[in-house]
Amino acid sequence: MSETQVYPGQEHTFSDIDETGLGAVDAVPDDRPPASLLGEAWRQLRRRPIFWISAALILFSVLIALFPWLFTSVDPRYAELSHSLGLPEPGHPFGFDKQGRDIYARTIYGARASVAVGVLTMLISVTIGTIVGSIAGFRGGWADSLLSRVTDVFFAIPFVLAAIVIMQIFKESRSIWTVVVVISLFGWPQIARICRSAVMEAKQEEYVTAARALGSGGLSNMLRHILPNAAAPIIVYATVALGSYIVTEATLSFLGIGLPPTIVSWGADISSARSVLREAPQVLFYPAGALALTVLGFIMMGDVVRDALDPKARK
Amino acid sequence: MKRYVGRRLLQLIPVFFGATFLIYAMVYALPGDPIAALGGDKGLPPAVRLAIEKEYHLDQPLIVQYLYYLKGIFTFDFGVTFSGRPVVEVMADAFPWTLKLALMAIVFESVFGIAFGVFAGLRRGGVFDSTVLVLSLLLIAVPVFVIGFLLQFIIGVKLGWLPVTVDRSMSFKSMLMPAIVLGAVSFAYILRLTRTEVARNATADYVRTATAKGLSRPQVVTRHILRNSLIPVITFIGADLGALMGGAIVTEGIFNIPGVGGTMYKAIFQGEAATVVSFTTILVLVYIFTSLIVDLLYAALDPRIRYE
Repeated sequence: MSETQVYPGQEHTFSDIDETGLGAVDAVPDDRPPASLLGEAWRQLRRRPIFWISAALILFSVLIALFPWLFTSVDPRYAELSHSLGLPEPGHPFGFDKQGRDIYARTIYGARASVAVGVLTMLISVTIGTIVGSIAGFRGGWADSLLSRVTDVFFAIPFVLAAIVIMQIFKESRSIWTVVVVISLFGWPQIARICRSAVMEAKQEEYVTAARALGSGGLSNMLRHILPNAAAPIIVYATVALGSYIVTEATLSFLGIGLPPTIVSWGADISSARSVLREAPQVLFYPAGALALTVLGFIMMGDVVRDALDPKARK
Repeated sequence: MKRYVGRRLLQLIPVFFGATFLIYAMVYALPGDPIAALGGDKGLPPAVRLAIEKEYHLDQPLIVQYLYYLKGIFTFDFGVTFSGRPVVEVMADAFPWTLKLALMAIVFESVFGIAFGVFAGLRRGGVFDSTVLVLSLLLIAVPVFVIGFLLQFIIGVKLGWLPVTVDRSMSFKSMLMPAIVLGAVSFAYILRLTRTEVARNATADYVRTATAKGLSRPQVVTRHILRNSLIPVITFIGADLGALMGGAIVTEGIFNIPGVGGTMYKAIFQGEAATVVSFTTILVLVYIFTSLIVDLLYAALDPRIRYE
């Protein structure tokens, strides 16, 4: 402020522009449109190494799940008892399990079941949870009371125990789909709750009132204005939940009620590794490590996306 | 406040009936014919079979059977197992194990989760913070049974510090490792929750005011930051008791604990409907009452929340 006339005694009344934060405000070009929430989030994400690590982990596990034969030419079901608990040898970098099957091949092929269960469960839970949650949050009143009580019922039932009962009902016809349906059955209420409160919050916003004043109807209001603004917490939770669904599938397989034994899965391999843990820890290490890395990828991604979408948590 | 409690209680009634009916219907759909199994290889005479079906109302439709079951519950009659043992006795055997295990897990996860979380939150971005954050994510990513196997193998078998399985006397020493395994995932959640809350509150205006009026750092942390940060943490811990009791099955299996999970697992595979339904009813009740207490706690701890 060089042109400002400074009278004696006023030297400390005005600070120089460089001492204030106003320079940064002036530096923002006003001919550019303001950054959108997503654009700002993307700028944040790009700078975080954890984002790139988790993206690489997710990409890698999805790639292995889709094309396991690119990574190994060994049959994961081929068992040779003379190799039982055998140490690594050329062509078999991780050694062999109790049945003499190649651990590396089993670890690679096990990705498919885990990733498939995680992704399918997430899609079903998000679809049901978003529909129920947005109806409850948008309509309010008796619809909200009814749907919220239904959600509560599923929270009140202990999940693992109910899962055992349901898997026992379908014990003759177990497949990936039964596992997906069982986990989704207890997965959607959480998403419904998150979606309900996000919709209720977005409903109060002025732009929704404005849209209604302009004559926009209930459904188009919901789809065009409310849901897109309520999506952030759902996306974050769904990413983390995908990881936890994979852990759940492994837990069910560990309890002997998950995927049928014909499907190669990390959970079943970990559970069968228990009896040989003392002689051959590597049998546990590889499937458990692969599972942990895959889940870690999704959880870290959810975490880092949450930070990026929350303007208050920045800096 | 009174009206709020009343409304919450009223809301929980349909939840109780809904949850118990769902469980009842699921158990009803379980395959197998336990009555035929009673007769062994010879089989039951049709008249005996009819008599048994009549005695246990098995000839009635599902909804009527459920109502008979509810009548039993409200008169504290949980029925008998196939071998004739009252289910109440089976519950008295199993529940103390799981309750003690869950309570020990709660103490472990709260004490360590909050302590670690506060230290990490006060020095956000520091070495301790980053290490603890990565380790907590790892705890969430690794399934409980892998953590259980590893601890059992390293601490129990290799180092011999703690017993590998639990002894019949339920001693503190033998329950310690299972409790840590059971509470491991919640420990990670509590740590992360505490850290986020402490880091958020540490920069709040009232903290600056407290510092400005001359309070020492420990006073600011304990009286102002912690008090406000712990509200969501305490509600999480309260809601966790029911989850831990229902989810203890894996831990109980690893450490050979004859608790709720193991008993139910066996009962489901044998088609012991009375045991399965009664155990789940108790767990549903535990969930309902802990969530009610959590709601009230929330209101008591945070005066900003007003319930009309």
